[in-house]
Amino acid sequence: MKAAVFRAFLLLSLAVGFVTLGALLYDVFSKGLPLLDGRLLTGLPSSLAEEAGARPAIFATIEMGLLLIAFVVPIGVGTAIYLEEYANKERWYNRLLEVNIANLAAVPSIVYGILGLAFLVRGLGLGRVLLAGAMILTLLVLPTVIIAAREAIRAVPSSIREGAYALGATRWQVVWRQVLPAALPGIATGAILALSRALGETAPLIMIGALTYVPFNPTLLGEFTALPVQIYDWIGQPGDDFRALAAAGIIVLLGIVLTLNAVAILLRNRYQKRW
Amino acid sequence: MPEAKAPPVTIAEMNVQIQSAPGMEDLRKNEVVFDVDDVTVSYEGDPAISNVSLDVYKNLITAIIGPSGCGKSTFIRCFNRMNDLIPSAEIDGHIEYHGEDLYGPKVDPVEVRQRIGMVFQKPNPFPKPIYDNVAFGPRVLNMPGSLDERVQHALEQAALWDDVKDRLKRNALSLSGGQQQRLCIARALAVEPDVILMDEPASALDPIATSRIEDLMHDLKRNYTILIVTHNMQQAARVADATAFFSVDRTEDGGRTGVLVEYDVTHKIFTNPSDKRTEDYVTGRFG
Amino acid sequence: MAAPAAARAISLERSRFRPGELLIRLLLGLCALVSVATTIGIVVALLQPAIDFFREVSIVDYLTGREWAPLFEPPHFGVQPLLVGTFVVTAVACAVAIPCGLGSAIFLSEYARPRVRGFLKPALEILAGIPTVVFGYFALTFVTPLLRDIGIQVEIFNGLSAGLVMGVMLIPTVASLSEDAMQGVPNALRDGAYALGSNKLQVATRVVVPAALSGIVASFVLAISRAVGETMIVLIAAGQQPTFTWDPRNAVETMTAFIAATGNGDVPRGSIEYKTIFAVGLTLFVITFVMNVIATRLVRRYREVYE
Repeated sequence: MKAAVFRAFLLLSLAVGFVTLGALLYDVFSKGLPLLDGRLLTGLPSSLAEEAGARPAIFATIEMGLLLIAFVVPIGVGTAIYLEEYANKERWYNRLLEVNIANLAAVPSIVYGILGLAFLVRGLGLGRVLLAGAMILTLLVLPTVIIAAREAIRAVPSSIREGAYALGATRWQVVWRQVLPAALPGIATGAILALSRALGETAPLIMIGALTYVPFNPTLLGEFTALPVQIYDWIGQPGDDFRALAAAGIIVLLGIVLTLNAVAILLRNRYQKRW
Repeated sequence: MPEAKAPPVTIAEMNVQIQSAPGMEDLRKNEVVFDVDDVTVSYEGDPAISNVSLDVYKNLITAIIGPSGCGKSTFIRCFNRMNDLIPSAEIDGHIEYHGEDLYGPKVDPVEVRQRIGMVFQKPNPFPKPIYDNVAFGPRVLNMPGSLDERVQHALEQAALWDDVKDRLKRNALSLSGGQQQRLCIARALAVEPDVILMDEPASALDPIATSRIEDLMHDLKRNYTILIVTHNMQQAARVADATAFFSVDRTEDGGRTGVLVEYDVTHKIFTNPSDKRTEDYVTGRFG
Repeated sequence: MAAPAAARAISLERSRFRPGELLIRLLLGLCALVSVATTIGIVVALLQPAIDFFREVSIVDYLTGREWAPLFEPPHFGVQPLLVGTFVVTAVACAVAIPCGLGSAIFLSEYARPRVRGFLKPALEILAGIPTVVFGYFALTFVTPLLRDIGIQVEIFNGLSAGLVMGVMLIPTVASLSEDAMQGVPNALRDGAYALGSNKLQVATRVVVPAALSGIVASFVLAISRAVGETMIVLIAAGQQPTFTWDPRNAVETMTAFIAATGNGDVPRGSIEYKTIFAVGLTLFVITFVMNVIATRLVRRYREVYE
């Protein structure tokens, strides 16, 4: 009897999450789908709900995504290579580096926003620009990419490295020609998951001033707003029409984020090598 | 220089070979490839092998045998400086390669490894096409000339060319265990080394694959010097010209370390060893 | 075939100095320094203005004051309303996330067949991948009206909706880390208990959970830390009114919501209001940092035991 009640409680716990997920998706789609049309995707924002579109926001999100990948993959993989292949793990500074990365991974995203506000926008004088947004998002997801890349590199068996060294390859040749190609699927999965998370982030972008009225296409060094921020803006506007617009924007955002996640998981499953 | 004879199959054949076999004085007439002088290798202060001295001669197969834990792998990895990759490893003593200090301050381990190749216990082909496995060494070392020819020549020497010549683009992992190991040998040969180190090359293979590797070794020793670690005494008896027997000793503070007990022509080690420890090991009394 | 090695003269082993290798090592080290620079940047960005702030406002007033009104005349800088707001929302969130997360984890680890697991785990990952702004929207436009419909008197902005939704958002966090910990418990322990006649309930609660306890508690601490640091759900649904109240049905303002609301406006640099962003930011950072350290220690402890 007790066992049956316990099992029921367990299933209930699972149900809470999934029922909520279902309700959320239903709510968003039922309110937003009617508004998911060309105007939303290609139109400019406006103070009138009937005319508002999210094109600048969508473009900015895509541009930031591309910049993010260009920044975070070299730096993240480079750090991972350093820690796994080059660093002497006994040294205190390398241990500190590892601890530091683990801590950064758990810092709330709004603190990265504060960092951006203090240094990039005001300190470096970049201003509230798209490039600053991309840089802050890079720093935000960098620890996750480093950790994922390290795991992928570590999974490459040492017998392959030994074989390559024994043939007279230098350290970099071993890394570039044997380790990285073998670790590539794992690294790609980690990068795509990081991208997916970054594109959904709102708080750091708010802090660096993305919450503005941007009725033009974003440029690298110009004012910008991103899709999650646009959604937040619309939620805050009075009236049901803007709420429905927000729901439509959410559908687009979810589409982007969940597609990226699916791609990452497919990649992981397809290329998961059994050594 | 002893000729490459077929390994003896019957006791009668073995007796004949023993009587006409060379002694250690004959072997010493060959050129010395490695002069090992009082070498001790420690990991974080614990000596894995202590005070080993011997000479390795050209175009011979030299076997290193002994019970597990006596440092055979550690010893063989000194010759191509693979122990450099372990930060906690320290080596004392000297190893001279054709008269040059292998661990000299200006010596580049990459150059060392190009001349002294290695085949590992478990075959470790790269997860790439067969062609790229063999071509890897020449590519990273920027060897001139036709890559295709080098690859073919190496695979021929490793007695693998006929098996794979039609499927060079296939992934190396699709080969059988024995074929993979011969691929690893071809890979090592492709960089034109002088010496080939083999760390228990056949211990992960079935008997048929093993005997093919042993036949290969007989062929290869005409052109290369071979140093093989094996825990299989019969294998040492079959292939090696000279055999070094290592055993485990106690250190001053109660730890264990590997030491060289006896080094002689193979038939003497197995039929008439000078040291009692050797005799105990080869007759199976321990180890 | 001729012996190529014998024909070639054994040349001296010159050390070919490889500048390329050195350059690469340098570049890789620079990559690693980016993360160091980030931490230093965060610390400096927080400390400098915060120290300025605490020159003007006594730290005692800050920590013990119950009124947060930086723009009033006279201004009040007691951070407790923000702390209490954060606490209230976090408590509601954990009341949902901890039991449901742990229950889900126990089901996945001890009860579910592999096929079911293979379907449920990715589904949980979907939940984990939803951006927080979406959860905020859901809390405001769906949960709040729903609560009112079933008779709970909540304000338009309230801590209860935000907390409940945040709790659901955190279920995957608790579930995945707890499940990892439970999977790490060796089967030998389970088999021993089953062999003695225990049923699943007993094995799960008396053998597996205690064995995986430090990992499970680590997941709780991590969830708390994430709840404290979460911004969008509370910004949208909990309100921006720093009232000192323990009742989640009222509007509350968390530390994160305050930072986001203030940092987004055009706050004159150098003003006391600008500095409050950093003072509160520092408080937030310290709290989450301490919890993360605790969580890491706990994870390390359970890994040591079984790996």
